[in-house]
Amino acid sequence: MDAPLLSVKDVSIAYKVGALDIVAVSNARFDVPQGSIVGLVGESGCGKTTMARALTRVIADNARIAAGQMQFAGQDIVSLSEKDMNSLRWRDIAFIPQSAMNSLDPVYRVEYQIVEVLRDRGGMSKSTARKRAVELFEMVGIDPGRLRDFPHQFSGGMRQRAAIALALALEPKLVVADEPVTALDVIIQRQILDQLRSLQRELGLSVIMVTHDISVVAYICDRTVVMYAGKVVEDCDTATLLNEPLHPYAMGLKNAFPDLHSAGTGILTPIAGSPPDLANPPHGCRFAARCPFATDQCRVEEPALTEDAPGHFVACHRAAEAVALREEAKQPGTWGTAA
Amino acid sequence: MSDPIIELQDTKLHYKIGNAVSAMMGLSTTVKAVDGVSFSLHKGESVGLLGESGCGKTSMGRILVRLEEITGGSARFEGDEIGDLKGTDLQRFRSRSQMIFQNPFDAVNPRYSIRKTLEEPLANAKISRSTWHQRVIDALDLVGLGDPEQFLERYPHQLSGGQLQRVVMARALILEPDFVVADEPVSMLDVSVRAGVLNVFRDVRDRLGLTAIYISHDLALVRYVCERTIVMYLGKIMEDGPTEDIVHDPLHPYSQALVAAVPTPHVDQSHDPLPIGGSAPDPRNPPSGCVFRDRCPMAQLRCADEVPQPRRIGTRLVACHFVSV
Repeated sequence: MDAPLLSVKDVSIAYKVGALDIVAVSNARFDVPQGSIVGLVGESGCGKTTMARALTRVIADNARIAAGQMQFAGQDIVSLSEKDMNSLRWRDIAFIPQSAMNSLDPVYRVEYQIVEVLRDRGGMSKSTARKRAVELFEMVGIDPGRLRDFPHQFSGGMRQRAAIALALALEPKLVVADEPVTALDVIIQRQILDQLRSLQRELGLSVIMVTHDISVVAYICDRTVVMYAGKVVEDCDTATLLNEPLHPYAMGLKNAFPDLHSAGTGILTPIAGSPPDLANPPHGCRFAARCPFATDQCRVEEPALTEDAPGHFVACHRAAEAVALREEAKQPGTWGTAA
Repeated sequence: MSDPIIELQDTKLHYKIGNAVSAMMGLSTTVKAVDGVSFSLHKGESVGLLGESGCGKTSMGRILVRLEEITGGSARFEGDEIGDLKGTDLQRFRSRSQMIFQNPFDAVNPRYSIRKTLEEPLANAKISRSTWHQRVIDALDLVGLGDPEQFLERYPHQLSGGQLQRVVMARALILEPDFVVADEPVSMLDVSVRAGVLNVFRDVRDRLGLTAIYISHDLALVRYVCERTIVMYLGKIMEDGPTEDIVHDPLHPYSQALVAAVPTPHVDQSHDPLPIGGSAPDPRNPPSGCVFRDRCPMAQLRCADEVPQPRRIGTRLVACHFVSV
């Protein structure tokens, strides 16, 4: 097998808040294989966005990468100088933000913003950059006649496409997309996902897709990394995650999601409780307080992320009993009542 | 069947946009947010209003709780024109019809404790102060916030999104309304807590026999809470019928696109290609005839000339010239 394009190894990222050090991402470990789409899923505050942003080293002033390595095409992103990192951004790793409105400057025409990236980062002449901007708009399905528009003249879907065009401008190897379709209507959502996938195939891109939406993961991601309270709790190919999850959190997420293709509407089951306070994380497994299968061991001893089967990583003491737990997890009564 | 609680006849909500200068230049124009919508709701019925941003679904909901006044047609609540209600009738209407807003963090005053948040509607409705405490406790209990006393003196930022959305729901329910409009109440919430809020909504509605409108762009969510769905596009109704029928056999080409677009949590299913492209046109300048025609795979010449009127096809009303059973 080829070496992965990106290999995140035991990365911890901490925010300094007052006198406290809040560890938002703790010992995260996962790979992004060459040319694949990897989902990074979890609820708000699980560290998925912090992790994703750290890959471009554009993180908040009070945040720092406290430990670990991020091997990208032979170099460690964590230890690169700011100058080397700067040349990596856009050219090798590009970022698509959640709200494209925030990534486009409202006072400049869209064309100017794309041409600026191409000239500044790609060293293109003005006329070459303009030609490339037209190509990029065609690639993401916007009429190049709209290049002279200002961002506010675009619809939400068009802005998101423009942000994708901007990210692809210099043909990066890796695109990190932070909830790129969350704010969009279902039809536009589907169009953008289809577009991303066909671009990924044509250009051989690798994509990290940050999302909280399991159906987005199911639709587009080859592999999925599930995060909970700053930890990677499960990492495997997406079909396995949805059909044979090993971690109770992944089992619970599936129960909580409405499925249009099911025979009846059934009952959705929430996961009771809320994630722990990361300023004061619990001993043992961080999911234990919400987990219907937690044992005494889970409450004192933190489970390590281990490879249960080739390519299937999980951090759960009871992973060996997963077949039985999955059956139990399907019973609504298992999950108690939510607060 | 009993008389409808809500009855809309050719209801219109047109916004004038632009100013005096643009009017002189001939640029001033009208946005038809709701354009000739008719439907009625019977007591205890739950209807999903489904459509993309800008289709008029939220405007529709706001009309029904009188946050917007209609500019044409009629909108009645128990036979009374909503826009004509005055004085004590209006006050009574205000306590009987309530709205649950999309973003719980925007819907509450951050400087009000949960107790004060819930007491405000009681004060507005001039409810006797001696009953307030019990009603607040009951309302919190109703939305599944167990041990309600512990929430009373807390502030919105001390609650999770799921808890706060339940408080917003409790505030809507505390006056024991007959009719509730919920505008995408779970779209801001994490998936793991969405299910809990939806379950509370279903449970409370059934227990109180509420009539409800649930606004969303996600058919999977609408299906979970409503037996009937109305599909809207650019201010008009495209299809109206039992949710299960629309899910399994959408008739209008736009409903078909919405159903095809809903992502599901399965990997190995063949996804139908999206039958439509583009996005909704500029509402200031909708197409002639059928508003959906410029994205419709079935459109023909007739669609540009003639606005399709809703026709009854089996269990449904469909506004399309070419749909047949």
